[in-house]
Amino acid sequence: MALDTDTVRRIARLARIHVDDADLAPLADELNNILGWIEQLDEVDTDGVEPMTSVVEMVQRLRADQMNDGNLQDEVLANAPAAADGFFAVPKVVE
Amino acid sequence: MAGLTDLTIAEAGAGLDAGDFTARELTDAYLAAMDAASGLNAYTASTPERAREMADASDARRGSGDAAGPLDGIPLAIKDLFCTEGVLSTAGSHILDGFAPPYESTVTRNLWDAGAVMLGKVNMDEFAMGSANITSHYGPTLNPWRARTGEAAGKDLVPGGSSGGSAAAVAARIAAGATGTDTGGSIRQPGAFCGIVGMKPTYGRCSRWGIIAFASSLDQAGPLARTVEDSALMLQAMAGYDAKDSTSVDQPVPDYTAAMTGDIRGLRVGVPAEYRMDGTPPEIEALWQQGIDWLRDAGAEIVDISLPHTKYALPAYYIVAPAEASSNLARYDGVRYGLRVEGEDLIDTYERTRAEGFGAEVQRRVMIGTYVLSAGYYDAYYLKAQRVRTRIAEDFRGAWDSCDVILTPTTPSAAFAIGEKMDDPIAMYLNDIFTVPASMAGLPAISVPAGLSGDGLPLGLHMIAPAFGEETLFRAAGVLETAAGFDARP
Repeated sequence: MALDTDTVRRIARLARIHVDDADLAPLADELNNILGWIEQLDEVDTDGVEPMTSVVEMVQRLRADQMNDGNLQDEVLANAPAAADGFFAVPKVVE
Repeated sequence: MAGLTDLTIAEAGAGLDAGDFTARELTDAYLAAMDAASGLNAYTASTPERAREMADASDARRGSGDAAGPLDGIPLAIKDLFCTEGVLSTAGSHILDGFAPPYESTVTRNLWDAGAVMLGKVNMDEFAMGSANITSHYGPTLNPWRARTGEAAGKDLVPGGSSGGSAAAVAARIAAGATGTDTGGSIRQPGAFCGIVGMKPTYGRCSRWGIIAFASSLDQAGPLARTVEDSALMLQAMAGYDAKDSTSVDQPVPDYTAAMTGDIRGLRVGVPAEYRMDGTPPEIEALWQQGIDWLRDAGAEIVDISLPHTKYALPAYYIVAPAEASSNLARYDGVRYGLRVEGEDLIDTYERTRAEGFGAEVQRRVMIGTYVLSAGYYDAYYLKAQRVRTRIAEDFRGAWDSCDVILTPTTPSAAFAIGEKMDDPIAMYLNDIFTVPASMAGLPAISVPAGLSGDGLPLGLHMIAPAFGEETLFRAAGVLETAAGFDARP
């Protein structure tokens, strides 16, 4: 199933990566090259095989539902490109 | 103090204990060597002031009889994927420009608690995606080795990747050891390319907390060092249960150096038929046979085994790893840390930040991952790959009925020149053909430098053990190391 440029545009949008229109076709070729190579997996008989969910056999651990840190506003915001009044600052979202 | 940087971690620890030199002298020797070798571009950030403070504190502990153990006072390099408190941590990416974490990763915290000294952060492929250390925003790291003859003679060579800065620094004697991370071969392949030991523990042995995530079901931290014993000493300190990583395993950490008895009589060494692949250079095949002979001569029993799904591990990896990466890298949006490129609105800001902040290979993998997880394709790609992964794990489980460790080559070639394989992603991916299957099954594995190629470049042999079989792995690797007697230097 080869990707066309419309599909690549849709994937780029889902991935939140800006791609110029002129770059869509070469990118489609690159991705198709990789996906074509991956399709050899169709040779493997996986009928009745469970998909792997955990590579090491382990029981999911639980912990008490209690807060164990917090009050870290300054640390959380320390690396933000823009912050104001204790919040992350972003371009206007609601008119 | 010439010569201090030539000592192994074990030798340096003995010298410190004997009072032959101080941790401060050892650290200063490394800092001077780092300056002299800056052309390798191994370090992305050096921390000389912190290193000297840590070394002085180590000397004070030793002076009062409170040395923390064999790593106390040992200068290490830290892969830039590990978050280090207050020190630039970028994963080799433009998108993490200026990021100084307010916390410390568990593995590095464990090393500092063991007394180790931080020399700085080392270069890597962007977000650990690569096999040549050429996708870093900070430019390529050079392999300290040069080819004597052949096509690559006279050219700058890649150190392998993604832990290329770690491997180059240890090989060039500008760190006594280094941390790395391995998702599909990112410790073992650069270890082989730089003529040092690279070790990936069992998935869950080291905490992933504070390590910038690439593919969470595969990522695992491990040591790069000049000897098997040094690797064992480092893993001893790095490993252990951590409540902050729900996939870290709550099992005691065995005494790894004690396991290195030098005795492998009766050990069953599996040799998988499927690793004999078309196109593997004869010198790689010959080294593999040499390794088999060395282990047999040391008393091991050689067993022919079959791992039928070997050839499907790499394509399955290139679904699973990008899928997990596309999810993990969603957090880089220009809002919370790092680079922001302003756009027309919020969505455009996300898209332009990620277009400028991620390099070409990262963008490619995020898009592959997004596609294979998208509606209508999830079953055909992602679930299929996870089923193949179950098959790969079953292959290994079956093999352990007839053998205790598996021996293979580490890489299908020696280091290549910077610029090669750049325009063909699949040719680059094939570097990991021998290392990816163990990653897909979560198994511990190690690369030991075992010989030189015809052109004078190091080649590694690779051993795989059952889950939590690190003691067996170190024991067997120690015997292989002794037999190989690899003492060539860059």
